[in-house]
Amino acid sequence: MCTSVIQVDVIIPTQTKYLDLIGSIGEHIAKEINDFSGDREALAYHLNLVLTEATANAIKHSAATAPEDNVRITIHMEENELNIKVYDHGQGFDLETVPLPDFDNPKESGMGIFFIRTLMDSVTYTRQGDCNVLEIIKYLN
Amino acid sequence: MNLNLEKINGCSVLFVQEERIDAHNSGELKEYILHLIEQGELNIVVQLERVRFIDSSGLGALLSGYKNATARSGKLALANLQQQVLSMFELTRLNRVFEIYTNLNEAFDRRL
Repeated sequence: MCTSVIQVDVIIPTQTKYLDLIGSIGEHIAKEINDFSGDREALAYHLNLVLTEATANAIKHSAATAPEDNVRITIHMEENELNIKVYDHGQGFDLETVPLPDFDNPKESGMGIFFIRTLMDSVTYTRQGDCNVLEIIKYLN
Repeated sequence: MNLNLEKINGCSVLFVQEERIDAHNSGELKEYILHLIEQGELNIVVQLERVRFIDSSGLGALLSGYKNATARSGKLALANLQQQVLSMFELTRLNRVFEIYTNLNEAFDRRL
């Protein structure tokens, strides 16, 4: 049972050089979680990957419409639930229409959302006020 | 991106000297490999021993190289993948696309 609360709130410019920083935060959180009985190294990689993919998407979407913008990422962990939110100010997209990768004829792009969906327990993308929010939930233990 | 190219046993071995391949540097990797192929290097092994993290854009860069090499009757294989990196190829089934070798010696033995 995880009893401690972790709350991280980061705002970065829409530049890919910050992906390493954001991914590293996820990796560190995985290593700090109390009483996690699963594969901690795998969880660390997965959180790094999911944060990297989600932030890269937000940077890409924001950069197209508002290159001077920034991306906000929040991570909240409480009661075995890890909640990640990534905010962008781009035009948004319909998450439900993003297809699964074609494994027999693999393409060079389109694997990011697949990773997030496969490795996490819940993914939604909604419009909230003047921004879009990609919300990702992972239940631990 | 820190890349070293060595010609070993007739192969162009590209050593990726980075711990991380993501959207920040994958474009550079993709361009480098495409440039190699355009220069006529069609027997390429990408050595990934140092790489402990790869994202979807990194996989895409390597897949681009693979497709371009294959289109010119060449080969692009991978060697020395760390376990977590290999698991990304397994998750996307790209381990069925690439020739993946445990180390460079195995790559040379199987390809020559």
